[in-house]
Amino acid sequence: MTITLNQLSKTYEESAQPVLKEVSVQINDGEFFVIVGPSGCGKSTLLRMIAGLTSISDGKLTINGKLANQVPPKDRALSMVFQSYALFPFMTVAENVGFGLKSRKLPSSEINHRVDDALAMVNLSDLRDRKPKELSGGQRQRVALARAIASEAKICLMDEPLSNLDAQLRAKMRIELKQLQRNLGLTVIYVTHDQVEAMTMADRVMVLNDQRVQQIDTPINLYQRPNNAFVAQFFGTPQINLLKANVAERELVIDSALHLPMTKTQINNSKVLVGIRPADVRIQIGSRGANARVATVSYLGNQSVITAVLNDSQTIRIVADSQLQIAADDLIKIIGVEDFHIFDINSQKLIGSQKGDVSDARVAATEF
Amino acid sequence: MLESLPQNSNLQDPDVQSALVQITTSARWRKDSLYVTLFLGPSLLLLSVFVFWPMIKTLYLSLFLTDNLGHASVFVGLSNYVNLFKDPAYLSSLGATLLYVIAVSVLTIVLGMLLAVAAQQHLQGIRFFRTIFSSTMGISVSVAAIFWLFAFNPSVGVFAQISQVLHLPEINWLADPHFALLAVIITTVWMNLGFTFLILFGALQQLPSSLFEAAKIAGVNKTTQFFKISLPLISPTLFFVLVVTLIDAFKSFGLIDLMTVGGPNNATNLLVYRVYQDAFLNGNYGLASTESVILTVIIAIITLLQFKLLGKRVNY
Amino acid sequence: MEMSRPNEPTINTTNIKSAKQLSQYALLLILTLLVLGPFLLGLWTSLMPTADISKGALWSKNISLDNYVTAIKTTPILRYLLNSLVISTVTMLFQVLLCSMSAYAFVFLKFKYRKQLFMLFLMTMMLPFEAEVIPNFSTVRSMGLLNHYAAMVIPFLTAAFGTFMLRQAFMQMPTELKEAADIEGLSHWQFYWHLALPYTKVTLMTLAAYSFLSSWNQYLWPMLTTFSDNFRPVQDGLRQLQGQESFNNWGMIQASAAIVVIPTLIILFVGQHYFKAGLNEGAVK
Repeated sequence: MTITLNQLSKTYEESAQPVLKEVSVQINDGEFFVIVGPSGCGKSTLLRMIAGLTSISDGKLTINGKLANQVPPKDRALSMVFQSYALFPFMTVAENVGFGLKSRKLPSSEINHRVDDALAMVNLSDLRDRKPKELSGGQRQRVALARAIASEAKICLMDEPLSNLDAQLRAKMRIELKQLQRNLGLTVIYVTHDQVEAMTMADRVMVLNDQRVQQIDTPINLYQRPNNAFVAQFFGTPQINLLKANVAERELVIDSALHLPMTKTQINNSKVLVGIRPADVRIQIGSRGANARVATVSYLGNQSVITAVLNDSQTIRIVADSQLQIAADDLIKIIGVEDFHIFDINSQKLIGSQKGDVSDARVAATEF
Repeated sequence: MLESLPQNSNLQDPDVQSALVQITTSARWRKDSLYVTLFLGPSLLLLSVFVFWPMIKTLYLSLFLTDNLGHASVFVGLSNYVNLFKDPAYLSSLGATLLYVIAVSVLTIVLGMLLAVAAQQHLQGIRFFRTIFSSTMGISVSVAAIFWLFAFNPSVGVFAQISQVLHLPEINWLADPHFALLAVIITTVWMNLGFTFLILFGALQQLPSSLFEAAKIAGVNKTTQFFKISLPLISPTLFFVLVVTLIDAFKSFGLIDLMTVGGPNNATNLLVYRVYQDAFLNGNYGLASTESVILTVIIAIITLLQFKLLGKRVNY
Repeated sequence: MEMSRPNEPTINTTNIKSAKQLSQYALLLILTLLVLGPFLLGLWTSLMPTADISKGALWSKNISLDNYVTAIKTTPILRYLLNSLVISTVTMLFQVLLCSMSAYAFVFLKFKYRKQLFMLFLMTMMLPFEAEVIPNFSTVRSMGLLNHYAAMVIPFLTAAFGTFMLRQAFMQMPTELKEAADIEGLSHWQFYWHLALPYTKVTLMTLAAYSFLSSWNQYLWPMLTTFSDNFRPVQDGLRQLQGQESFNNWGMIQASAAIVVIPTLIILFVGQHYFKAGLNEGAVK
């Protein structure tokens, strides 16, 4: 069950502005493929184009080698789980799970069999005669899953299926969903705005923004080799620092008191954005040679997130050990940075990165 | 359909592809238009025969003199209209209708509101009172007419008996041109109360209680709460009730026919009753059509006003 | 304060409270009398012999159901009721069906001029049936439907108001329900019949009650189109009785009125819950 998107675009009749531009990707059999992006990026539209619920303005969609642009949704052999679960309030759990099978005119013994199996798989056998309003949010979610399972379609599309659950349940369901997908050998296309969901569940992730694909890659690569500043900012908490810097000879000059030596990269731009993960910043406390002033400290258990103001008033986020005794208005010295990425200041595209060794930040002057 | 095509065919050829797209689209279109015919056809047909066509026909007839079978005979242009607005009988009928409509609307809303507010109290057995207050909704026009005909009856009615006990001058409600319209107004308001109460009561119940808690803490008294909080907030509902009552009042026919037959002295000869008289008793279909058009224009204006104002939402 | 001096203030507040409650009950009772007065009066006199009523008495020694017996035996009141029941039930069923179908088309089907057609539907809400009785009368006459149930049913089989109301209800269904149905491959008819209708049950019930009552209350149109007791509905039937038996037999007239009012009151009280919900929705939207 491979799905190929070839230059898919979508423009609604009412407006000239396209909502999706030239999306291409091949989704492989058994893959857990996540489409992620901020709201309004077109991710739900893309999912609905694959489902056949929204027409395709341009480009080709092939499912298992067959052109599917005009195939009605029911003939695409896929199931879908919706954000609101799309359960019918007047049907019992079992009826909700079986309603699609019934409309496909399957024999009733087959329907019962499939409904029973699907409900057992999501641990809802005892609640089969309840109505949706008698269920908790998590249980409703499971009914929606059971419906997808019962259809026995090998492709399952999921549209933010966990976003209506509370944080704890969501974490639990992430694991269950992933297990289910593996056990059933499903090809899952999963839409979410939540970077954590994307990172924890996906085999591969497509990042969408501004109607366009920003990057398609494994979670590790997205984090370690972001194509552009948007992708870098989208993944990781706290967010990556993007600092403006001038390029001097083999050095990035962030401000007068913070220079990063470039040992492995060479670039021609004179001004760039430097992306530094907060956890990659090394600091020392004390006014001697300080190059930043602490603005806030948020205690998170084993870590603290510090925001500090640099000499030229840019703000930097730092993750530090919570053992560190530090408070607002303390002076600190940024002594080094583990990895960093360099982005073009205009196009925001990645133009270089440096990894591995701790690069000693050079402190030019002690002005604090 | 597409799946049955050989996979290695010239599907890649863009011309073939767009042809395919067209075939399937038009197939889908045909299927959908079948549903449109099935779902919309019956209603559209009925509305055309019994609403649109009659409207056009009425407009047409209003420009003609008609024979007594209702066929147009002589084209007279707008002279039916001109004559109507010169006819003192019609003008007085129009005046009586306006008086009736305004009195009914005002009284219905004031009394309905009184009932709705009274039913807000948290007392034991309040549900019983709420049911009672909405009950006139289930009383049909002829039943209401009989109840009130009895009440207004000059020899056995309650009103007559009360005025006898109190030594007040006797009023023959339905036979006195000064009081007949009032009698019909009272009956209409009574019939309207159930529906109006139900709607206004529902609207008051839906107001968030936090607003009144806040007002209480600020030391605002109940009367001020009602006029400054409740009333402005339910103004959309109030407006809805007003429009429904207005339109219903303009269309009044049953009570007139049952209680006064348009009399005495045409004092209760309201617009619809006049249409009926001119068309079906006097056989003057052209004139009656003209009167119908005027009635339609009045109601259309009120409805349009409603759409427009409800679009903006009436608040404050 | 109440803690320190437990007795006096508590008594005072309860007194004030009960006095206030008493006045509230008094107001409610007065209003009840105002609303129910004519109805109770009619119901009461329906139990009294006409001879006593004619004397202007409000009390009689001979309270009985005789008037009801006379009404049922000597007048076609039950036939009128049956006629109305048939007319109103058929009208109601068709209105719910046809209005929901056209509303479905306006929400879930895509076709050319959908917006314009809906505007046309809305427009019919501005055109009062009362102003169109003349051509409608000729239409029904030329169809040969005069003095038959069909004349009182066919013009009211659909309604713009009902279509409008159900359109609102269908639009409030989450789009994901339709999408789920599309993926499962339900046809429009299946979605309409098995899913959309049950989903909007409350609105359908409201419309049903509304259309039944409006049909039951029809007066002018049946008066124009029926001439015999076999087809005459109750509203016009009561007028007939009142005219024939004249004002003299008040007891029997009141009994007939009571017989007529009972079915609608039952519908009202059973359907009140739906009515409230549905009407308020319609009022605010």
